[in-house]
Amino acid sequence: MKAFTTHRGLVGPMDRANVDTDMIIPKQFLKSIKRSGFGPNLFDELRYQDEGQPGADCSNRPLKEDFPLNFPRYKGASILLARKNFGCGSSREHAPWALEDYGFNAVIAPSYADIFYNNCFKNGLLPVILTEEQVDVLFKEMEAEEGYQLTVDLPSQTVTTDSGHVFSFELDEFRKECLLNGLDEIGLTLKEADAIKQYETERAAQHPWVFGAIK
Amino acid sequence: MAAMLKKHVWETVMTGRTLYDKLWDSHLVKQNSDGSSLIYIDRHVIHEVTSPQAFEGLRLADRKPWRLDTNIATPDHNISTDKAERDAGVAGMADEVSRIQVQTLDDNCDLYGIKEFKINEMGQGIVHVMGPELGATMPGMTVVCGDSHTATHGALACLAHGIGTSEVEHVLATQCLVAKKMKNMRVTVNGTVGAGVTPKDVVLAIIGKIGTAGGNEHAIEFAGSVFRDMSIEGRMTVCNMAIEAGARVGMVAVDQKTIDYCKGRQFVPKGEMWDQAVEYWNGLVSDEDAVFDTEVELHADDIAPQVTWGTSPEMVAAVTESVPTLDQQPNEEKRKGLERALEYMGLEGGQALTSIYVDRVFIGSCTNSRIEDMRAAAAVAKGRQVASSVKQVLIVPGSQMVKAQAEAEGLDKIFIAAGMDWREPGCSMCLAMNADKLGAGEHCASTSNRNFEGRQGNGGRTHLMSPAMAAAAAVAGHIVDVRSFVGGDQ
Ligand code: SF4
Repeated sequence: MKAFTTHRGLVGPMDRANVDTDMIIPKQFLKSIKRSGFGPNLFDELRYQDEGQPGADCSNRPLKEDFPLNFPRYKGASILLARKNFGCGSSREHAPWALEDYGFNAVIAPSYADIFYNNCFKNGLLPVILTEEQVDVLFKEMEAEEGYQLTVDLPSQTVTTDSGHVFSFELDEFRKECLLNGLDEIGLTLKEADAIKQYETERAAQHPWVFGAIK
Repeated sequence: MAAMLKKHVWETVMTGRTLYDKLWDSHLVKQNSDGSSLIYIDRHVIHEVTSPQAFEGLRLADRKPWRLDTNIATPDHNISTDKAERDAGVAGMADEVSRIQVQTLDDNCDLYGIKEFKINEMGQGIVHVMGPELGATMPGMTVVCGDSHTATHGALACLAHGIGTSEVEHVLATQCLVAKKMKNMRVTVNGTVGAGVTPKDVVLAIIGKIGTAGGNEHAIEFAGSVFRDMSIEGRMTVCNMAIEAGARVGMVAVDQKTIDYCKGRQFVPKGEMWDQAVEYWNGLVSDEDAVFDTEVELHADDIAPQVTWGTSPEMVAAVTESVPTLDQQPNEEKRKGLERALEYMGLEGGQALTSIYVDRVFIGSCTNSRIEDMRAAAAVAKGRQVASSVKQVLIVPGSQMVKAQAEAEGLDKIFIAAGMDWREPGCSMCLAMNADKLGAGEHCASTSNRNFEGRQGNGGRTHLMSPAMAAAAAVAGHIVDVRSFVGGDQ
């Protein structure tokens, strides 16, 4: 998995609450059996005037000019500034895949839906949680300054602005370690193979119906 | 060995634990010092959309599934519900990209020897209809699936939740998940619901009360007389929408109805092992002195048939009410949200919900496509006709078994006589990955679970409601209170 340590980059906005995964990547793109290539269809319905089709070239599609991420000033944004309950809805991992493929390395929001939050870490995308007030400060600074950049630092768990704000954020120790080192979580779990087998032996003795029924 | 045994408390010998605590404790493989835990997964349900990249990941890392007898697969999300196309099987799927995805599921299951109910096989259905009806999901299990509505299975007192594709791969490879224990929430609804008020109305009212993020980081247990009185299928409708309240997990404790529901199903134990299982299952209730981190209470008397008017399940009201107005909103954020929703939905603040005309009606999805839902819709449709202004009414049974049962009861004939389409099982217009979708600007009375922008088709406008309410809307041509409707007033 891709590691994340520290990142400095241009900030782009998604200024609405409860952005759901259908908005992040509409369902027709879920038909793909690949993990990559979802970037051009990120926020497809908000971003383009026409309806996107899987596999189609997006480079000549008409853009919705009032969609902020289409503004020239946010081109190349790598940090997404968002509002509360970001990523609600379905479990599709295509949502972080699309954000990552578009070029985002981190998302900053006051809160996330649980499954989306979890999925981000599997893909080297850091979902930062700041308070609503702090997110407001960042939105105001971003709107006021073209080319607005932030530094997101995972080891120190901080977001730093050029104006001198240093906002700290919390996250689980395990997730931090995996992301910092780009660890293969499956590999880590397989190191516990003996404990898993032991569990299965004991469980099978107690609850035999859990095993062997489906053939 | 002795130390390990002590840690796995399968008997309910401790006091003060919630149902969730018990399910968690009995699946704990290892508690790590960093606060994470390794949790054992008993049942893994697989479908075509969120699994191909997981199987690919296994192959790239040269790994194999840890266990085979835990997995059960079926295609549901993007298959056609049209009889002629379905009869042609996977090879006959018109959408080439979808065909490849379903074929990939078949290939992966064949390659690894995973039990799959293929496209037209008896047993196939929407993952969350299929699991319980086959007895593949049973009380006391941990159940995961790469789909956020996996909480449905919690109606059988399972610890069930949706996972992403990386976790699908993790479960395939290790039979475990790295997880962090959630907080306990109890939603209690006491009293007796009135006529015309269904499980869908109860769960929509709960979401209206706590909001779409109200259950974030919590596992919800639904408790109180309303859920005790509810059928298991009704409990599934409720647990199904826990995710729409922000909770990955929704559950109802075991009672005699749970046991009766499981009895005799294909994959449940038989004979002596059945008795042993039942004895264990009967302990799957929260202890009386268990403490919940968050408690929510509603009363049945306050719940009328519900309809969503906006673009989030929390934008919901009783059918007797009106679309909210901007000046009723407490703050700027709410005003902005409402304004955007009204614009998308093409509605005016203050207009009566019953004044909303519907272009299409969808009765189906893992929320409401079981036999009781079919019966409820048929009871309204019987002897009536779809309004001429309604373009299409799709009735999509949740599984082959539901379809067969409905046909045995003659429900299909009732729907067809009323001018409705009787379809093949699948997710259909719940997420519109196949040909069943709304056109831009069209309003739909839908029994599914999400009314997000574009969910049922680009520009489509979804109104969530119960099967009886949706059938009534089909006949009336607009949203209507099924209570007066059944009484024959309209
Ligand atoms: S019916 Fe809808 S919500 Fe349920 S599994 Fe299918 S797409 Fe998901």
